[in-house]
Amino acid sequence: MADFTSGFWSIYITVLTLLGILGCGVLLWAQSKVKIRVVDGQPAQNTGHIWDEDLSELNNPMPRWWMWMFYISIVFSLGYLFLYPGLGSYAGKLGWKSVGAYQEELQKAEAEYGPLFDKYLSQDLQAVAADPQARAIGERLFLTYCAQCHGSDARGNKGFPNLTDRDWLYGGAPEVIKASIMDGRAGVMPPMAAAVGSDRDVENVAHYVLSLSGSTHDPIKAVFGKSKFAACAACHAADGSGNQALGAPNLTDKVWLYGGSAETIMEAVRKGRSNSMPPFRDFLGEAKVHVLSAYVWGLSNPK
Amino acid sequence: MSDVKPEPQVAVIKMYAKREEIYAREIKGRYASIRWLFVWLTQIVFYGLPWLTWNDRQAVLFDLAARKFYIFGLVLWPQDFIYLAVLLIMSAWLLFLVTAIAGRVWCGFSCPQTVYTEIFMWVERMIEGSRSARMRLDKQPGTVAKYARKLSKHAVWGMIALWTGFTFVAYFTPLRELAASVAQFTLGPWETFWILFYALATYGNAGWLREQVCKYMCPYARFQSAMFDRDSLIITYDEERGEPRGALARKSTLAETVAQAAQETHGDCIDCSLCVQVCPVGIDIRDGLQYECIGCAACIDACNSVMDKIDKPRGLIRYSTENGMQNKWSVKQLRKRVLRPRVLIYTIGLLVVAGLFFFSLVVRTPLKLDVIRDRGAMGREVEDGMIENVYRLRIMNTDEAPHRFRITVSGLDTIRLETEDEVAMDATETRAIPARIRIDHGKGERGSNKIWIQVQSLTDENVRVEEQAVFIVPR
Repeated sequence: MADFTSGFWSIYITVLTLLGILGCGVLLWAQSKVKIRVVDGQPAQNTGHIWDEDLSELNNPMPRWWMWMFYISIVFSLGYLFLYPGLGSYAGKLGWKSVGAYQEELQKAEAEYGPLFDKYLSQDLQAVAADPQARAIGERLFLTYCAQCHGSDARGNKGFPNLTDRDWLYGGAPEVIKASIMDGRAGVMPPMAAAVGSDRDVENVAHYVLSLSGSTHDPIKAVFGKSKFAACAACHAADGSGNQALGAPNLTDKVWLYGGSAETIMEAVRKGRSNSMPPFRDFLGEAKVHVLSAYVWGLSNPK
Repeated sequence: MSDVKPEPQVAVIKMYAKREEIYAREIKGRYASIRWLFVWLTQIVFYGLPWLTWNDRQAVLFDLAARKFYIFGLVLWPQDFIYLAVLLIMSAWLLFLVTAIAGRVWCGFSCPQTVYTEIFMWVERMIEGSRSARMRLDKQPGTVAKYARKLSKHAVWGMIALWTGFTFVAYFTPLRELAASVAQFTLGPWETFWILFYALATYGNAGWLREQVCKYMCPYARFQSAMFDRDSLIITYDEERGEPRGALARKSTLAETVAQAAQETHGDCIDCSLCVQVCPVGIDIRDGLQYECIGCAACIDACNSVMDKIDKPRGLIRYSTENGMQNKWSVKQLRKRVLRPRVLIYTIGLLVVAGLFFFSLVVRTPLKLDVIRDRGAMGREVEDGMIENVYRLRIMNTDEAPHRFRITVSGLDTIRLETEDEVAMDATETRAIPARIRIDHGKGERGSNKIWIQVQSLTDENVRVEEQAVFIVPR
């Protein structure tokens, strides 16, 4: 309740609310008996108001229990405002908070599902992957938290790796996958145009890269590009097979994160690439990540 | 003297008045019998339904936690909520129609408020005696005998109310489980709350508030005037025949009394006030149509019994219409007025809604399919230039039997499903299945293409659904 810029507003709201409730009570009490001027020969409950030519408004009394309901609602509202937050920044006797209610729900869910996830956490990742129930849980987790980028079928998208092939940027061992999900990954390729050379050199190196995987390329440009590849070898290794410790992709297969045309490769060389996978350690907790890792590993390692 | 204007006087009036106790007299007759028939019918259904079993489960159960609503062979899911809406619309039309033709017959004969009040008044009569006995009892000073009677009345009311609350909750928690937890004192907090809440509502409404509910709470009682016209049936007092009212001079024998009356200029109403005594809302029907009148026809039964005794034709108080009263129409003439535009419009509305409702229930398949296109990828190019789109198919087997489903796709040349095309699902299972759909290079229009995804049960050929989806070919 610290949203007020000054303590005045809290008092302002409290006073207005209480005065309003008090006003209702006074109005109700004052109106329960009224003095009216009556003319002889006219029924006392006739107000003398005529509407729509012939509708006369009467002063018929309301049932008394109705009045008591009004009083009860006044008492209720005071009781409510005492127990729950409502009067300015007063937190209420019970200290109820919507965040608290949310956390209570979370704890209930944790108490119910926690033991199940803990059971899997104590197991080896490969064993978890072999458990059909764990796989079903993993699939649901994947569809909820991972499918937005990697796709419902985990086959990825431009810039988001395919998780079903056996090609891994950082390694495909179960523990490595778990580390990727737990702590995230940040993949950065610096712009290399200056190191490679002229525009023509960049084009040549792109064709050399294409030749590594046997993709369609211009052999002459590739020959010229070979010498310029030295600038790339620090990360992608001299033979272009990449380095999983750095997350440098293997360039000798036909798996492309951003596309396999000469243009996209040239773009990468000129401008570099920057990509990141967010960490899920705090968001999901280790137990859920464990089940999720087993599911992802199982996608490319069917039993 | 007469020139002097009357001096306005100051009077104090209370704006909130204590409820006057109404001691409705018991009456037997044609309409009372009809009301009791409806009491039995509605209550046998209400108290009885939760006891029935169907397919090894409770026949009628609204399982809120599992979000499944069982009505005999029908299993409704939250996605079927439209049926509830249509059912309510249908009930509204039916109410309009009945009200336009016959006035407040719902109020007088089948409304739960009337039905439970009838039951509670019967209990009251059994324990405290007739109208006059009850009035005497209430005037008596407090004695042990008086409080013993009062207490036993409230005890019986309480038991009926608790049983009603229990039955109500049994529509949401299986009755047998509920009965077991009541017996073992292991009721959950919400079940306890709702049983007591519904019991209190029954006890309070039927025992204490009675006509106050109709007069001050019921919205239907207020908006019904929109459906009424001068040809709607209402309970009427035949003023022309009855007035001037007057008591019969008592003679030594009934025959003499009647003979005496024939010579007098009195109307047929002998001012016996029986019609007022039997009225559950405490009005005098001879004052004309009043908003309090719930159309229960108790005064008709009362007046007819008196007319029989004094050898006059029945129907001094009777069902008629405002027009019918004014123009002295016969029953046949009244019937002719039933077919009027208002009634025809309500009938057509009701038939259309009811027809749609039952038709859609009959052709409803116990299978639902939601196609959710992956938003991350528009369409991807895979080997040999083939175009692939990814979908998530949420298949809901709403049947109470397991099914094997085959998934097929159509709508584009060379379109095919790359992923598993058969899926086995348990009874009432919901599952999301990732599906990859491909077309050959160069097929389809660049941009979005309409495709259709079909799910067909292999066990029952009638169980199939088709959903339209969009297939995107990258530009």
